[in-house]
Amino acid sequence: MKSLALSDEILLTIEKPARYLGNETHAVMKNKEEVAIRFCMCFPDVYEIGMSHLGIQILYDLFNRREDTWCERVYSPWVDLDKLMREQGIPLFALESQDPVRDFDFLGITLQYEMCYTNVLQILHLAGIPLHAARRTEADPLVIGGGPCAYNPEPLADFFDLFYIGEGETSYPALLDAYKSNREQGGSREDFLKIAARIPGIYVPSLYEVTYKEDGTIASFTPRDPQIPARVEKQLVTDLNQVSYPTKPLVPFIKVTQDRVVLEIQRGCIRGCRFCQAGMIYRPTRERDAGKLMDYSREMLAATGHEEVSLSSLSSSDYSQLPQLVDFLIETAGQEGVNISLPSLRIDAFSLDVMSKVQDIKKSSLTFAPEAGTQRMRNVINKGLTEEDILKGAALAFAGGWNKVKLYFMLGLPTETEEDIRGIPRLAEKIAKRYYEIPKEERNGKCQITISTSFFVPKPFTPFQWASMDTQASFLKKAHMVNQEMKEQLNKKSMRYNWHEAEVSVLEGVFARGDRRLCKVLEKAYENGCLYDSWSECFYLEGWQKAFAETGIDPAFYTSRARSREEILPWDFLDVGVSKAFLLKEWDKSQEEQVTPNCRQACQGCGAGKYRTGVCKENREEISCENTN
Amino acid sequence: MKIRIKFRKYGVMKFIGHLDIMRYFQKALKRAGIPVSYTEGFSPHMIMSFASPLGVGLTSDGEYLDFEMAEGLSSIQGVERLNAVMTEGIEILSFLRISEEKSQNAMSLVAAADYEVCFCPGKEPGIKSKGEECSAPSWKEAFSDFLDQPEIRVTKKSKKAERELDIRPFIYEARVDGETIFLRLSAGSVTNIKPELVLEAFFLYLGQSMEPFSLRIHRKELYAAQEGGEARTFVSLESLGSLF
Repeated sequence: MKSLALSDEILLTIEKPARYLGNETHAVMKNKEEVAIRFCMCFPDVYEIGMSHLGIQILYDLFNRREDTWCERVYSPWVDLDKLMREQGIPLFALESQDPVRDFDFLGITLQYEMCYTNVLQILHLAGIPLHAARRTEADPLVIGGGPCAYNPEPLADFFDLFYIGEGETSYPALLDAYKSNREQGGSREDFLKIAARIPGIYVPSLYEVTYKEDGTIASFTPRDPQIPARVEKQLVTDLNQVSYPTKPLVPFIKVTQDRVVLEIQRGCIRGCRFCQAGMIYRPTRERDAGKLMDYSREMLAATGHEEVSLSSLSSSDYSQLPQLVDFLIETAGQEGVNISLPSLRIDAFSLDVMSKVQDIKKSSLTFAPEAGTQRMRNVINKGLTEEDILKGAALAFAGGWNKVKLYFMLGLPTETEEDIRGIPRLAEKIAKRYYEIPKEERNGKCQITISTSFFVPKPFTPFQWASMDTQASFLKKAHMVNQEMKEQLNKKSMRYNWHEAEVSVLEGVFARGDRRLCKVLEKAYENGCLYDSWSECFYLEGWQKAFAETGIDPAFYTSRARSREEILPWDFLDVGVSKAFLLKEWDKSQEEQVTPNCRQACQGCGAGKYRTGVCKENREEISCENTN
Repeated sequence: MKIRIKFRKYGVMKFIGHLDIMRYFQKALKRAGIPVSYTEGFSPHMIMSFASPLGVGLTSDGEYLDFEMAEGLSSIQGVERLNAVMTEGIEILSFLRISEEKSQNAMSLVAAADYEVCFCPGKEPGIKSKGEECSAPSWKEAFSDFLDQPEIRVTKKSKKAERELDIRPFIYEARVDGETIFLRLSAGSVTNIKPELVLEAFFLYLGQSMEPFSLRIHRKELYAAQEGGEARTFVSLESLGSLF
């Protein structure tokens, strides 16, 4: 029987001991003596969040299909266990074997949001791995980062041996093979890093040198060795039907955020919203065949016993085979008491019809993401949703019996005016009016409109990567303005308003477009006790303020400073397909309030056409490979 | 038809709490392809009932779960199919048909439970924490004196209030067996006596107080009471079911 890393006494003292036991259905156990590579995959947040992540399930399955590799998992110990581990010197352990993470060959950390960066340091620290890659020895695991935040890995450059840029299915096999053969030949850690740096998609930060100008911007970013590529190319799967899918996903004992079968229907998005990083870095849009997904849904429901199936994509309505897939799910899964959840659907007659079949209308709410309050602002961000679309969709939904609407907006978008801000509650008012136009006896009581705003954070590889980010004071002023304007609306009693905390957004803004000089701020903040920054109950603002003061780094350099078109940006060395020329063109068009058609309407020659796959192939026979970087 | 399964909970699964065990079985029954019946309505759920929630940290050889299913498989198939999808730490021991009557469901039947209790090393009564011998007789002798008392008054804490109670009548059987204390205690909705309560009282009887994490508790069996003639007899919940 399996022995545990934690004593009974600890497990009975802490919250939710099931976070640290492993042993879940479909957890993979192997004999450690019989594998060549031990890989520990980490999601640097609490178990319930980490276990809900599809990417880890994909890689866990992919790695464990290899006979020579055993992939295990670790998540951030929650603050209660964190404290005990520090006090008692208990090293961080992997869930499956319960062995110390420090004994592994690789520690892979997925970087899903900037506000988990202090948790990355916690993982390294509790594992007993030196925080700085430069101080690690042959005995330490290789620490590799991936996920969306790896598209600007620089703020974490000191702490990682390598980064994997792009989708894991493509280059990981080559990386693991290279690791094995280097070791068989008696090669060192340094030898391996040099080999790895030449594998497509692998970035080894220590092999690049950055110099700065007097004004603090980057003067040069160059490989230290002529054999190391100057540009690192993002990896992507050209045919989603040819890669493996985790049809036996892990089934946790405790309730986690995503407690259901997840079908990834497509990657990428055709829409091209100018604030959206995912819409750019995952180009081109590629679909998975509906027939395959139907098989997966059957296999996965049988293998997990889950009572819900959900579709995953950036914009499900754009999936061309959606009607067939949804019909199939309703006919099969729906018959067996399995719930069907359909996130990221555009509200129209089709989606309302589908939703009325799979949801309890009285309980569910409809979500619109206009992102901005006026048409002008929506043109700037290239959100192709018009007021007419929203009002029509809402009217249809109200007629269908729904009476709860959620609206998502951003504050602090480039060129935003007071009119745009006040436009947010005014749009909510127009929606409420549509509801109260329905005769009293036909409607279902009052309607409930929930307005939520988040603060806009410019992200790398978007047309807004040059934009100046708003300050905290301005954010709060704007949120106040929305609140005030809402109170002036006729139907204010049907509205509620929530806004995101501004401090966290500003910090997110610093790290999103940061460079390697931020590593020392991060380390200081961690030393000052910052951890679980995305959890409002844990967020420790003073710790961060002190860290900036102690290192003499001005956060405004990274947030509110406007970047020139010529500036070398810290992530410019990555080739994500989408060209800088395209992003600049889009940045210019945004200033002129011009919209750009989506990928299916007309190709804009963004650069992703060079992958010759997905929507780029579907549109035209001839692909122009322009990449004018 | 109504089914009762008996299962064992051991190893790391002792840290999985009752509500999560319920969720675990909902999914496991589906994985095993057992044709479980659902409630009507917009959000149908399985009709299932556990005999008696087992506390976190306890292991057991005698846990019970009742549910309804459509016909179509035998007792043997039920055990095989379920065990094929269990994680380490849960083992299905039997899969039996039970009476359809509501009063016969596991939860309302439970009247007694058997436990085996041991002390964690160094946590035995009468031994000082530093390991020095104490002048009191060994705890094994003291335990039979403790039981010989006409009454054992304890303060029982519930969610709402504390009340004083004589637990002696609810200790149906008790003996020391090697290093293990065997207890048969009243269980169920009327008077549920946890083994911790008995052991706390024992420590108090010795003029000591029980430290947290002193005990290892293993539940052996759950019983229903049968009132026949003068004496009340206990029959295991399993014995009320039949193979099919």
